Amino acid sequence: MPDPGSILEMRGVHKWYQDFHVLKDINIKVSKGERIVICGPSGSGKSTLIRCINHLEEHQQGEIVVDGIIMDADLKHIEQVRKEVGMVFQHFNLFPHLSILDNLTLAPVWVKKMPKKDAEEIAMTYLKRVKIPEQAKKFPGQLSGGQQQRVAIARSLCMNPKVMLFDEPTSALDPEMISEVLDVMVELAEDGMTMLCVTHEMGFAKKVANRVIFMDEGEIIEENEPEEFFNNPVNERTKLFLSQIIQH
Amino acid sequence: MVESANNCDKTLPNKAQLKPPNIHIGVIPWLHKNLFSGLFNSVITLLTMYLLFLFIPPLFNWLFIDAIWTADNRNACDAEGAGACWAFISSRFPQFMYGFYPEELYWRPNLTGIFLIVLIIPLFIQRFPYKYYLSAFILLIYPFIAYVLLHGGYWGLEVIETAKWGGLMLTLVIAAVGMMAALPFGIILALGRQSEMPVIKSVCIVFIEFWRGVPLITVLFMSSVMLPLFFPEGTDFDKLLRAMIGISLFQSAYIAEVVRGGLQAIPKGQYEAAQALGLSYWKSMGLIILPQALKTVIPGIVNTFIALFKDTTLVLIIGLFDLLSIIQQANSDSYWLGFDTEGYIFAASVFWIFCFAMSRYSIALEHKLHTGHKR
Repeated sequence: MPDPGSILEMRGVHKWYQDFHVLKDINIKVSKGERIVICGPSGSGKSTLIRCINHLEEHQQGEIVVDGIIMDADLKHIEQVRKEVGMVFQHFNLFPHLSILDNLTLAPVWVKKMPKKDAEEIAMTYLKRVKIPEQAKKFPGQLSGGQQQRVAIARSLCMNPKVMLFDEPTSALDPEMISEVLDVMVELAEDGMTMLCVTHEMGFAKKVANRVIFMDEGEIIEENEPEEFFNNPVNERTKLFLSQIIQH
Repeated sequence: MVESANNCDKTLPNKAQLKPPNIHIGVIPWLHKNLFSGLFNSVITLLTMYLLFLFIPPLFNWLFIDAIWTADNRNACDAEGAGACWAFISSRFPQFMYGFYPEELYWRPNLTGIFLIVLIIPLFIQRFPYKYYLSAFILLIYPFIAYVLLHGGYWGLEVIETAKWGGLMLTLVIAAVGMMAALPFGIILALGRQSEMPVIKSVCIVFIEFWRGVPLITVLFMSSVMLPLFFPEGTDFDKLLRAMIGISLFQSAYIAEVVRGGLQAIPKGQYEAAQALGLSYWKSMGLIILPQALKTVIPGIVNTFIALFKDTTLVLIIGLFDLLSIIQQANSDSYWLGFDTEGYIFAASVFWIFCFAMSRYSIALEHKLHTGHKR
C-alpha cells in the first residue's frame, strides 16, 4: 500500500532496453517537500529513472506510485500523473512556433480547460517569478539559453504541479547562464516544492538537497544527506566519482 | 545574478560601430565582374546576346504587335503577315472557361468563385479575429454551397449535369476538391504510418505504397472503366465524382509522404515536452507537432499541389473536358483549323499563372510563419 506521507514511491523498479538492464531494483521514497538530487556518471540510468516517473519511459517491473496513483499502462493514470508532475529538460524543449506566453498557457488551457484569460494571468505571475515578464510576446528562438530554461520552468509551474522533475537542467547552458537558472530553482525549493533533480551542480546539491542519491550502472549505490554524502562517502565508486568531479 | 548578465555589455565601453566597407559598385564594374570577366565569359555573353536578338523580337512581334486580337471570322488571321490569332481564343473564350455549361447560367459558377474569394480575403487580414471559424466554414460548409450552386437541384436551381461542366471551371473544381481532400487525408495517413499500433501502421503503409505505385492514368482508367463493373447494373455513379475520388486518393498518398518527412524533422524533445505537460496524443499532434511539421514541409506540399493542378489535365482521357481538353477540341474545329499553337500557348499561360501564384503564396506563407527559431 502507498504510504500516506510520501508523494512519490518507487518499489523494486526494473527497466530494460532490449537486453540491456538500465534500472536495477530501484527503491525510492519521497516525502512532500523533499528535495532530492540524483547524480552519477553518464549512462548510469539517472535520466531514465526520472523519466519513468512521468512515463516518458516505461518500466517493466516494480511499482511507481505518484500521489496515490499507481503508474501502469492505463492512459488515464498516465495523464493524471502528468498533470501533477512537472518536468524540465536538458534542452528546454520549448515550443518554437508559439510565443513565450502561449508556451505557458497551452497546457492550462488545453489540459486543465482553464479560460485563456486566467491562464494568461497565471502565466504572467510565473514569468515574473522567473524574472522575465518582459519577454512574454517573444518567441523561444529570440531568447538566450538561460532565459529559455527559466521559461521552461515557468511552463511547468503553470500546471501547478505537486512534484517537479529536472533532467540535467543546466547541462546545455553556457557557464554564465547556469546561475540564473539555479537561482530560480533555489527559490522554488525554498517555497517548499517537491523536487527530483538530476544534476552535476554539486553546489546546488549542498545548498538545497535533503538527500543525494548516487547511481552507477543502473543501481542506487549510495543515498545520504548532502553533508555526509560529500564529506564521508562510503562506497568506493562514490569516492571515485566525487574525486573526479571536484578535481577540475 | 540575472541582472548582472544583462548589464554586462552596457558597462563595457562601446566601440564605435563601423560601417561595412563601401560595396556599392557602378554599372561598368558590374558588367565587368559579371559578364566580361574573361575571354571565355565575354564570348558566351556576346553569343547569348546575339541569340536573344535573333529570337526575341520576332517572337514579341508575333505574340503582341502583329497579333489579331479580335475578329468575327478567321479572314484577318489568314492575311499575309498576321501574327498570333487571339481572335480564335476570344471567340471560344466562354467555352474555355465554362465548358458546356448553359450560357444563361454562367452566373452560378461566377457566384461560386466570387463567394470563395470573398470568404478567403479576410484570412489574409492580420487582425481578423474569426479566422478559425471562417476556415472551418470554407472547409466544411462552403463545398456544399458550391455543389448546390454548380450542380443545382436545390433551392429551385436547375440541375446541370456534371457532363456539361468543363473548361477552367472544371479544372479548378477538380483541383480544389483534390487539394481539400488530399491534405487532411494525407496527414492522417502520415500519422497512421508513424503509429505504434501495428494494424493501423500496416494499413497506412499498404495504402500509401499502393497509390504511389500506380500511375494516375491507370487510376483514372480504373475509376471510369473498371469501377462500374463492381456496382450493380444500372447504378449511375457520376464520372466526375469517380475521377475526383481517384485523384484525391492518389494525391493523399503523396501528401502523406511529404508530411511524414516533416514529422521526422521534429525533435523528439517536442513530443516529450508535450507529453510531460499532460497533452493527449491528438492534442499534442494538433497543437505542437503538426503546426511545426506542416510549416517545414510547405514547399513539399505546394509542390504536390502544383503537380496535382497540372495532373488534372489527365482527365481528358476519360472524356472530361477540362481546360486543356476543351482547347484541344476547339483546335479540331474545322472552321478554326490551324491555330493549335495559340490554343496551347493560352492553356500553358493559364496553368502557369495559377501554378506561379501558388508558388509565390507558399513563399509568402513561409516568411509569415517563420518565428526565427532555427536551431
